[in-house]
Amino acid sequence: MKVIVCIKQVPDTKGGVKFNPDGTLDRAAMLAIMNPDDKAGLEAALRLKDEYGAEVTVLTMGLPKATDVLREALAMGADKAILITDRRLGGADTWATSSTIAAGIRNLDYDLIITGRQAIDGDTAQVGPQIAEHLQIPVISYTQELKIEGDKVIVKRQYDDRYHVLEAKMPCLLTALSELNDPRYMTPGGIFDACQAEITTWSRDDLKDLDDANIGLAGSPTKIAKASDKVRKGAGEKVVPESPDEAVSYIVSKLKEKHVI
Amino acid sequence: MDFSLSKEHEMARQLFAEFAEKEVKPLAQEIDENHRFPRETVDKMAKYGFLGIPVPKDMGGQGCDVLTYVMCVEEMSKVCGTTGVIVSAHTSLCIDPIMTFGTDAQKEKYLVPLAKGEKLGAFGLTEPGAGTDAQGQQTKAVLDGDEWILNGSKCFITNGKEADVYVIFAVTGKIEKRGRMMKEISAFIVEKGTPGFTFGTKENKMGICGSSTYELIFTDCRIPKDNLLGQQGKGFNIAMHTLDGGRIGIAAQALGLAEGALETTINYVKERKQFGKSIAQFQNTQFELANMATKVEAAKLLVYKAALKKQEYQSNPKISYSVEAAMAKLYAAEVAMEVTTKAVQLHGGYGYIREYDVERMMRDAKITEIYEGTSEVQRMVISANILK
Repeated sequence: MKVIVCIKQVPDTKGGVKFNPDGTLDRAAMLAIMNPDDKAGLEAALRLKDEYGAEVTVLTMGLPKATDVLREALAMGADKAILITDRRLGGADTWATSSTIAAGIRNLDYDLIITGRQAIDGDTAQVGPQIAEHLQIPVISYTQELKIEGDKVIVKRQYDDRYHVLEAKMPCLLTALSELNDPRYMTPGGIFDACQAEITTWSRDDLKDLDDANIGLAGSPTKIAKASDKVRKGAGEKVVPESPDEAVSYIVSKLKEKHVI
Repeated sequence: MDFSLSKEHEMARQLFAEFAEKEVKPLAQEIDENHRFPRETVDKMAKYGFLGIPVPKDMGGQGCDVLTYVMCVEEMSKVCGTTGVIVSAHTSLCIDPIMTFGTDAQKEKYLVPLAKGEKLGAFGLTEPGAGTDAQGQQTKAVLDGDEWILNGSKCFITNGKEADVYVIFAVTGKIEKRGRMMKEISAFIVEKGTPGFTFGTKENKMGICGSSTYELIFTDCRIPKDNLLGQQGKGFNIAMHTLDGGRIGIAAQALGLAEGALETTINYVKERKQFGKSIAQFQNTQFELANMATKVEAAKLLVYKAALKKQEYQSNPKISYSVEAAMAKLYAAEVAMEVTTKAVQLHGGYGYIREYDVERMMRDAKITEIYEGTSEVQRMVISANILK
């Protein structure tokens, strides 16, 4: 069984978000981490390796610095790592990204592709399903639980108010939620091996069946007009009314004060 | 000379720091209060290979270097001195002598499960009358056919009741050395559960309260003849070699405690307000922190240098790292005590309260000036080398 996990290096938003003057993210000023949903996807793949001996390949598209997350994945137990990097691919939106990654995946054999649900820097949740569309394979998003039975995957898909149990024949693509599991740590020995391991690097020229009209900034239909940080709201006002009646009159008075009613 | 860390070491630090924050820190206060050995943390560390970091892969270890191991002890100790010493005693005091002096059969039987973390290790040298003065040993081992019979007791043994494999020192005879009769000391490997091997008092300590510190008692305890570690009569050398390495582990523990106290204090002084401003804005706070940070950095350089020297020794056993280890332990331990004490002071009244981490760190730091050779012993080692 061969599993490909698509991972992304993202800025760690825990330390706050920083922007360049032109409104784009100042990635250099922020710590870079493996996207949490992708890490859950990697853990799911590594559990398939533990249970069924699956071969796990991690793939990312990004700057050469993105090898850091590939090495982290290798140190957690992934078998192979591939970096797609090329200036011509820079500035890609979800369409150009998924077109490029799908082209990379066409170079590989696979039974299952796992991506994270969404990346914490873009929050689009589009790249995983788009890769499946490009490859014309089934996709199940929001994977909360995962089982393999023969040549099928059985997935519990999480929605806001319910879940669905779905079955798909492999090859197929799943998008993973960080709730799927608790990812393992690297091991010290794994780190030492990962730092010596060879990382396969592909440029634009290694990608077949890919139209130049669909790559990089020029091939991206989405244009970002402006990006900004979330405005932090204050803690609000806390009141502890003595009775429900008092609570109701307090709320009504506040709504009147704000001219809502 | 290059002070930058390799990619491997940067990633290892990131791993240990993340593990410490998520798995070790949440338990630190509770295990201290309840004097509880954190078995669940030990099991997790075993799973991720933290209990066999400097051991070759073909012997069940991680195949990393001494610096990686030192960073593990350092990062654990930043949040919990107890967890730091569990790793240090297991690795430096039990794994290292078996790896260095053990036969192939002993390595197969003991080193592999120790390095995998399936078993926990301990080291028994200290006795009620023999701490710094190792010649005061009373525990005896007598050969009887195919077995050694051990009688005596060991005290203040770290990982005491929780370990599975113990490196134990005992007197096996007398030899003449420079015209004087000296005790001949030998090292042995003893397994928990061996008839005649029991546990005495559990020590009620000032700090590192989650660590299991016990008296070990041997009463006609018979162990196989093959469990002699190294040559008969070479026990003192084995003990001294082991303590040289152990001191680097304790130096790393002391360094971690100092760093942890410094980090905690930096965060605290930014938040704590007095006279309408944060106490970080007062020059006294700023100068104290500057002194603390400088000493911590100096300690770190000494500890890392000792780790690199021990690494060098492993490919070239002709060189010695005793002095580097002694300097690292002496300085890091004294810095740990000073920095944790200042950290308590900068916390004011809150620093004296159990709920604040610096109170525990100050109690934990004190032992680093005492065990595996007191600061005075380190000065003896260093001065003997200077004056020879």
